[in-house]
Amino acid sequence: MIPELGHFALILALVVAVILSVVPMVGSFTGTTAWMALARPAAKVQMLLVTISYAILTHAFLVHDFSVSYVTNTSNLSLPLIYRISGVWGSHEGSLLLWMLILAGWTVSVSIFSRGVPLQMIARVLSVLGMISVGFLLFMLITSNPFDRMLPAPADGQSLNPLLQDFGLAIHPPMLYMGYVGFSVAFAFAVAALIGGRLDMAWARWMRPWTNIAWMFLTIGIALGSWWAYYELGWGGWWFWDPVENASFMPWLMGTALIHSLAATEKRGAFKAWTVLLAVCAFSLSLLGTFLVRSGVLTSVHAFATDPARGAFILAFLGVVVGSSLALYAWRAPQLRSNTSFSMQSRESGLLFNNVIMLAMCASVLLGTLYPLVLDALGIAKISVGVPYFNAVFLPLAIPLMLMVGVGALARWKKDNLVEILKRLRWAAVLSVVGGIALPFLMGRFTFGAALGIGLGLWVTLASLQGLFERLRHRNNKWVALRSIGAGFWGMTMAHIGIAVFSVGVSLTTIYSVEKDLRMAPGDSYDIAGYNFAFEGVRKAQGPNYRADEGVVEVTKGGEEVTVLAAQKRQYDIQMSIMTEAAIDAGFTRDLYVALGEKIGTDGSWSVRLYYKPFIRWIWLGSLLMGLGGVLAVCDRRYRRVSERLAQQTTDQPLEAKPT
Amino acid sequence: MRFAIPLVVFVLVAGFLYRGLALDPREVPSPLIGKPAPAFSLPTLANPDEQFSPDQMKGKVWLLNIWGTWCASCRIEHPLLVELARREQVDIVGLNYKDDTAQAKVWLRDLGDPYVITAVDESGRIGIDWGFYGAPETFVVDADGVVRHKHVGPVTPQALQETILPLVAKLQGRQS
Repeated sequence: MIPELGHFALILALVVAVILSVVPMVGSFTGTTAWMALARPAAKVQMLLVTISYAILTHAFLVHDFSVSYVTNTSNLSLPLIYRISGVWGSHEGSLLLWMLILAGWTVSVSIFSRGVPLQMIARVLSVLGMISVGFLLFMLITSNPFDRMLPAPADGQSLNPLLQDFGLAIHPPMLYMGYVGFSVAFAFAVAALIGGRLDMAWARWMRPWTNIAWMFLTIGIALGSWWAYYELGWGGWWFWDPVENASFMPWLMGTALIHSLAATEKRGAFKAWTVLLAVCAFSLSLLGTFLVRSGVLTSVHAFATDPARGAFILAFLGVVVGSSLALYAWRAPQLRSNTSFSMQSRESGLLFNNVIMLAMCASVLLGTLYPLVLDALGIAKISVGVPYFNAVFLPLAIPLMLMVGVGALARWKKDNLVEILKRLRWAAVLSVVGGIALPFLMGRFTFGAALGIGLGLWVTLASLQGLFERLRHRNNKWVALRSIGAGFWGMTMAHIGIAVFSVGVSLTTIYSVEKDLRMAPGDSYDIAGYNFAFEGVRKAQGPNYRADEGVVEVTKGGEEVTVLAAQKRQYDIQMSIMTEAAIDAGFTRDLYVALGEKIGTDGSWSVRLYYKPFIRWIWLGSLLMGLGGVLAVCDRRYRRVSERLAQQTTDQPLEAKPT
Repeated sequence: MRFAIPLVVFVLVAGFLYRGLALDPREVPSPLIGKPAPAFSLPTLANPDEQFSPDQMKGKVWLLNIWGTWCASCRIEHPLLVELARREQVDIVGLNYKDDTAQAKVWLRDLGDPYVITAVDESGRIGIDWGFYGAPETFVVDADGVVRHKHVGPVTPQALQETILPLVAKLQGRQS
């Protein structure tokens, strides 16, 4: 009976979503205040209903209600509590419900934190979000109902993929969805602006924090996925250019372009039509990612159970959402004039440069992901695109991007002099070149790739710090000057340094990693990069619900003990499944990684995998800095104070498009 | 007019996606086809001290079948492989992929062992070189050690009769 209530709550949520998507929108055209005012309560009721539904599905997991077929397929009696909670989004139907919950959450947040936004605008924004809800609720109710029954109920469920029983993977999807779905807010603002036929700087100011927060979640979600792949899959890799990874990377690239172009729109009223297009595209790519993952069009290690009916539905939904918004764009965008001019050498140009690179990257990922499909559809050939393609395309794009990051951030709006900026950066340039050439020798051997990675990282960092330095240089009271710098600037600087940290991590890990598969008997030892790995043998260990063989490896450097790594092979008592638990000594400059393989022979020898991964943490540290930079920028005072003042001005002006 | 360009691009992409729905993505082949099989050396299931490498199969047409006890589809295709092995038309090498060795041995004892030899890739490291999507997958390798075909997903009687066995016969014919 309870699961049916969850199903019923979903149906009611659909009804509310339909009301939300129709009534306030119609009201915004007829000028009926009461109809527009319905948007906020409707958003809240929708949130309530979806939450009830979600709570009921969680309840079914907690009480092992195996009459719900989704629970049977994703959980079993022996599953620990935390993985029963995260198991709710462990498969297709439940992850859609989580998606819907997050969408409802974003919608309700917009309805709450938007007091300064004129009613007409907010009615349209919430209405557009309601339309997206209608699509996803229909999708769930028609093709993927998580509350479907399986009668008679089996005594126990199937075993959940042991790989999914992991903390990193438990929180990876929610973070990613927060990002994906978060772009729907930017999308809704963009569509609302297109419907109105005009947008101003206040519009950009309302939209910017939402976009930054969504982008932050996406950044961290992707980084989590990469970190999980590293420690759990045991390949020692952190990115595989898998179609599903690409599906999350494309909205990220587009979102990165969007937050930069929004800066120009907010500060200078520039790139209006362009910003709107990017907002539409970022969300469209999120939807495309959903389509690719769940339709079975592309195969991937991550692919959900695929079903052509689901694929057809998402494609139709994608067609309606993206097709109609782009048609609206084609119709309305010519009216979104940016009445500003800027010279070739200006911050606007710098931001445009960023956008061009991000778009080129996004297009190459899209091409690499869809190219096999396109060729297949045309009947030309069947191919798959691999890592070499992406590496070959990304490096030439990343280098000019990194060269320009710091420079662009130093440029003034409207007009500046590039030569002048470069002069200010001469010491940064000298230090970067010298550091880039010298520092690789510390790693033991010089390679051009490492020099490039370190040099570019230094360049970005120093150029970013130069911006900070210039803001303090001519001030007498440095402390006051420091405090007067807005959070927006701190956020930007932090995110840019994040890129530097990331790229140093990528280049050093790629170039200097050492991986060894060895057969080791107790007492054997092996030297990697100055570390001595001594295998002491395998002992038995007992965990709360597993027994394990624990291979102990003592690591020393120059006779000093560094750490003792205990890599386990666990056999879980009830499930009888075996999991390899690598032992990692994480460090700021290097990871030492030991995984226990198989017992070989009878003399106590085991196959052991030893990795030395220099600077790999920097990849995730850099991503974290980027994400936090995005949030820090949202804390800027101007989003609290000025937005209300600007909103006051906007309401005085007509919101409808002037006839053209 | 330039504002309509995104719409046009989208319509094109959507068209391909629609077409893509009707196609079977599992037919996207491996870039390995026509190339030498990537080398590896792995312990065998029967005896961890013994190593198996693809070189040992030189001179024979053989199948490499990726499987694991954790993979439900592998259980589906397994009887077919046992039957194929019984007919002795082609050697099948098993690659026990990211699996527990003890469970793998139990599996082969209980369900029958179609493999002339089973190599153990516990870490899944070989998977990258060979471009596995997951298990099960089956590669056809010719006498010169060149990968000729890849089948993703469980081998079906139809795939066996229409594609794999004719190819094997052709490759064996060329060899003699």
